Amino acid sequence: TLKDGTNWEQNEEIPRLPGETRVTDKDVIYMCPFNGPVKGRVYITNYRLYLRSVENDPVVVLNVPLGVISRIEKMGGASSRGENSYGLDITCKDMRNLRFALKQEGHSRRDIFEVLTKYAFPQSHNSLFFAFLNEEKFSENGWMVYNPMSEYRRQGLPNERWRVTFINEHYGLCDTYPSLLVVPYNATDDDLKKVAAFRSRNRIPVLSWIHPETQAVIMRCSQPLVGMSGKRNKDDERYLDIIREANGQISKLTIYDARPNVNAVANKATGGGYEGEDAYPNAELFFLDIHNIHVMRESLKKLKDIVYPNVEESHWLSSLESTHWLEHIKLVLTGAIQVADKVSSGRSSVLVHCSDGWDRTAQLTSLAMLMLDSYYRTIEGFEVLVQKEWISFGHKFASRIGHGDKNHADADRSPIFLQFIDCVWQMSKQFPTAFEFNEQFLITILDHLYSCRFGTFLYNSESLREKEKVTEKTLSLWSLINSEKSKYTNPFYTKELNRALYPVASMRHLELWVNYYIRWNPRIRQQQPNPVEQRYMELLALRDDYMRRLEELQITNNSKISNSSASSASPSQMMSQVQTHF
Amino acid sequence: EIHIREPTEKEVNPHLLPGELLLCEASTVYKYIQEDGSNRGTYGKLVCTNFKIAFLDDSASDDNEPQFKNKIVGENDITLQCVDQIYGVYDEKKKLLTGQLRKYPEKLIIYCKDLRVFQFCLRYTKEEEVKRIVSGIVHHSQTPKLLKRLFLFSYASAAPNNIDGRNQTVMFDTLEDWRDELERTKGTVKYKAVTTNEGYKVSEKLPLYFVVPICISEESILKYEGRGIPIWCWSCHNGAALLKMSAFPKEQDDSTSQMQKAFLDGIYKTISKPPYELLKMDDLSSSLPSLQDIQTAYTRFKQLFLIDNCTDFWATDVKWFSLLESTNWLEIIRRVLKKAIEVAECLERQHTNVLLIEESATDLCCVISSLVQVMMDSYSRTKSGFQSLIQKEWVIGGHGFLDRCNHLHKSEKEEAPVFLLLLNCVWQLVQQYPPAFEFTETYLTVLSDSLYVPIFSTFFFNSQHQKDTNTSGESLKTQSGPFRFLTVWDWSVQFDPKAQAFLNNPLYAEKPRPDKSQRKSTRFKHQRQLSLPLTQTKSSTKRGFFREETDHLIKNILGKRIGKLINSSDEPPNSFREFYDSWHSKPVDYHGLLLPRINGPDIKVWAQRYLRWIPEAQLHGGGTIATAAKILDLMEQVQSLQVKMDEEHSQAISGDVHSVPMLRKSPRLSSLFPFALLQRQSVKPALPTSTWKDLEDEDDLVKRDDEFVDLSGDMS
Repeated sequence: TLKDGTNWEQNEEIPRLPGETRVTDKDVIYMCPFNGPVKGRVYITNYRLYLRSVENDPVVVLNVPLGVISRIEKMGGASSRGENSYGLDITCKDMRNLRFALKQEGHSRRDIFEVLTKYAFPQSHNSLFFAFLNEEKFSENGWMVYNPMSEYRRQGLPNERWRVTFINEHYGLCDTYPSLLVVPYNATDDDLKKVAAFRSRNRIPVLSWIHPETQAVIMRCSQPLVGMSGKRNKDDERYLDIIREANGQISKLTIYDARPNVNAVANKATGGGYEGEDAYPNAELFFLDIHNIHVMRESLKKLKDIVYPNVEESHWLSSLESTHWLEHIKLVLTGAIQVADKVSSGRSSVLVHCSDGWDRTAQLTSLAMLMLDSYYRTIEGFEVLVQKEWISFGHKFASRIGHGDKNHADADRSPIFLQFIDCVWQMSKQFPTAFEFNEQFLITILDHLYSCRFGTFLYNSESLREKEKVTEKTLSLWSLINSEKSKYTNPFYTKELNRALYPVASMRHLELWVNYYIRWNPRIRQQQPNPVEQRYMELLALRDDYMRRLEELQITNNSKISNSSASSASPSQMMSQVQTHF
Repeated sequence: EIHIREPTEKEVNPHLLPGELLLCEASTVYKYIQEDGSNRGTYGKLVCTNFKIAFLDDSASDDNEPQFKNKIVGENDITLQCVDQIYGVYDEKKKLLTGQLRKYPEKLIIYCKDLRVFQFCLRYTKEEEVKRIVSGIVHHSQTPKLLKRLFLFSYASAAPNNIDGRNQTVMFDTLEDWRDELERTKGTVKYKAVTTNEGYKVSEKLPLYFVVPICISEESILKYEGRGIPIWCWSCHNGAALLKMSAFPKEQDDSTSQMQKAFLDGIYKTISKPPYELLKMDDLSSSLPSLQDIQTAYTRFKQLFLIDNCTDFWATDVKWFSLLESTNWLEIIRRVLKKAIEVAECLERQHTNVLLIEESATDLCCVISSLVQVMMDSYSRTKSGFQSLIQKEWVIGGHGFLDRCNHLHKSEKEEAPVFLLLLNCVWQLVQQYPPAFEFTETYLTVLSDSLYVPIFSTFFFNSQHQKDTNTSGESLKTQSGPFRFLTVWDWSVQFDPKAQAFLNNPLYAEKPRPDKSQRKSTRFKHQRQLSLPLTQTKSSTKRGFFREETDHLIKNILGKRIGKLINSSDEPPNSFREFYDSWHSKPVDYHGLLLPRINGPDIKVWAQRYLRWIPEAQLHGGGTIATAAKILDLMEQVQSLQVKMDEEHSQAISGDVHSVPMLRKSPRLSSLFPFALLQRQSVKPALPTSTWKDLEDEDDLVKRDDEFVDLSGDMS
């Protein structure tokens, strides 16, 4: 049943995934902010919006997964007179807006608006995410990438001081934590339950990472429920002391509260707070001054204003500064450096928390781990890191991204994970040989953070994902990536074990990630492929070619020696092609 | 009281160049290591010569030779011309030291033009020595000087007669050099090299030889001392030429200005006739920032990098972007690059001659004409091509290096970093298109440093005339034959071959050359046209001319061939944008036209030059050097494989394939490499010490919690 007499069969070059079904298509004018109005036809499936221009020179194509759509607005009314003033304005989560002008006659706008709303916001329509309909096949199974037990074993856990507990197997202790947790050997499951009562949303301090040499650990949790009255909890105090003793070397446990001091104080009013000196004499507390999710959301909004559709020309630097985006990046990195340095050269265990321990805390622990453990700088290791510190520990992806939810103004939305990926990009920019993955890897992760094509980032917690049977019914993003790893591999990667990698969190080195934030602007786009990388690949090919030829030559020469017959192969020819410049 | 350490037994003596004289010295000077604000440092001797200020470290050992070392100016040497400002510290207060001193400071801070900062503590030095060294340093580096007192002259008369090795740089001091350049760019049909200025009878500001349109008569050149005469810079492959002209000063007298106007009209008429292309004029003094603006901007800009300690570093970090912007330096770079693109568009797309006009035609004219050539002529992106370009447009072209760098401390009014502006602009291109340049950013950095090394004549004269008259003077007699200055282009003077390797770009995509055997080594420098962009072949010249002619006729009929000063703003504004966008939408040809990207995010700070001495800005094992080192390693491998294959071919002796050298374990380099002299030894990360500033405008958001949930169960 084809609507509008469209013949989809004739448009088979329109990409479609297995499981993707067509819904409708329409003639529209795409109001391209860079090339002006473009006549084209838009095709809508249950996964994407695809537009191709009628004109072929240049051919304009839009390929937008419906998951990136944040808001759909009607522009213009029946009385609109201006040219192309009647249509739809679509706000996307990936730093762009799409405008389509439509004919006023008929119901073309109403139709397209309804279709888009229905498929872009399945959560608001009680329908399924495309991830549950996706029938793609991959050679790798990304759901196998992360196994908490093997990851802890890789870290040398459990050991005589740290044990694995299944107390949260059915999410009874904490419904936003994973089922498997690593806790001090000397704390009983009963202790854990008592501690849970004193931590916001029962998110007790558990181990994220252990330093292979110093045995100092990175612990994560939520804020203590101190409240206005300054409540204390003996079990919590004792538990922190057990953590401190577990590494047995340093007199004090270091607590990093990611929030600004004032916010931590203010949290007492709602029952939260921080570890006071009196109650925790064996702990040192530092505030890392990272702002809340609302500040970050506003910052990104401001950033979009200065880069889309047009890049601020004459006052670029001060405009960039006024968004505060890079200042926030600087603070997050600074915090993570402090955590990593404390564990590494300070040889002290640290406890990291913010309010709930699923936003800033995840940023800090995962970045510190990335700095300390070179395994996380590999493709697989990074997947494990995201899977562990973000997905399994309950970063609220569904709320922060608003997957399939039409409520675009939801105050729960915030680009916390994007900010983390940006920090990783800053590190990879400063250390171009330290990461196995390339920029494309990070961009692909961000693209599918919104696309809803994979189950990886859906839902807020492991318990919900289990309930929705995500691993059975959807595919993992890591299946896509691991099936064509070469596309995401950094050719300059140099494996280095046990090397702490500290970025310089100075504005002199931090840069706006132009290839991500300004990638829709054809005037800004950077050269692809990167010439330095290209040259390196050429050299690699040349080297391999030489090695092969040399081997052949040696075989020939060997046989020559036995035959003592000279052949006039073309060595000079070969050499003349390799006049590389040194 | 702090224990005063006596100078060590071993006497450290300064290494002196020929002609260099020790003027004063002080011992037990304590030099702070600019690292972490702690007062760590070393004792040594501070000396001042007629060439440099040097700190001789008592405990220095020779076994730690850096990989990249300047043979003339050591790690702790500051040439007198390199000193920017000297501050004395009195009771924790900094005071600028300029002339006579009444009181002597306990600490001396020397800010250098190459952005180094030296801090010397004089508390342990004998009072007499403090007096001598401080006044000596201030006197020799900060007070006006006679040209002949420059070290350049002492060195040239004392040094053995250096005949610079075979240098491929074209010096443009002979008629032949100009003729070759005309031939290379195929400009000979319409332009000629003239000898009118022999004996400097036209002007002392003009070079001995230069090129003008064929139709310009000797009389007109002589009439106003060369003013109002279009002087040729370069010809584009389509025949359009880049010209420059020294303008007439604003004349009060009406009849004089009438005459000048008539003269100019005559000139324009002459060069507007076929075979010359349409002419477009650009008065740079009105379309670009003034020299004063440039000087002000750079003064503010460099201040951001002259950092006393790490507290300063982090304090300025918070507002870094707005600080950068407020200097206006990057915006000036952007405007200059934009102007160069506009000129390139006229030449390349509109086939129009462009005449750059400036009062003396030796400042912004040099910047724009050099940049245009770097963008349009791939020969200018080779090392020798770039050096020849600097000779042509700047050294022989008559840029007043002596005044603009204020080498003699004569007048600050004349000072302006015009040449540095060019290098900064070229650096933008180098970092945007790494494979297009034969040289590296390190090359540009050491070139900028060489501005302050007075053993080369290159940057120490205002004009060819000034150099000539000061070379032939009677007072200059040398023991060994004719008097001769060194040129900066002989890089072996400053760097040994190993260090020179850092000046060559491993990414340079060399243009495939025609068969080597056809080249005669003697004609080497005349073969440069090989690197020019492909031109429309000569076979179609006739038709081409005809077409051009009709083109001209049509435009003539339409009138407005040359109005008054046609600024590029007369052009539809889209023309520039269209040219820029269409070029950028295509893949880059590294041997063809190269247009810089000039959007806000594209213009960057030349980190190597400006951040290289700041330890806090250092990345261990990071920065672009990390990938460059990998490329170099791989190249070494390829090279040794080549050698191995050669051996196989010639000897037919089987070797072991597996003995091919594998990746040499290169030490982890710092991002400051090759300028990593102040390398931090510790692996402690650099942590910001500055405080977060308030987000005033978002106060309500800041105070909110992530998600409002009342956790205090007992309150409900």
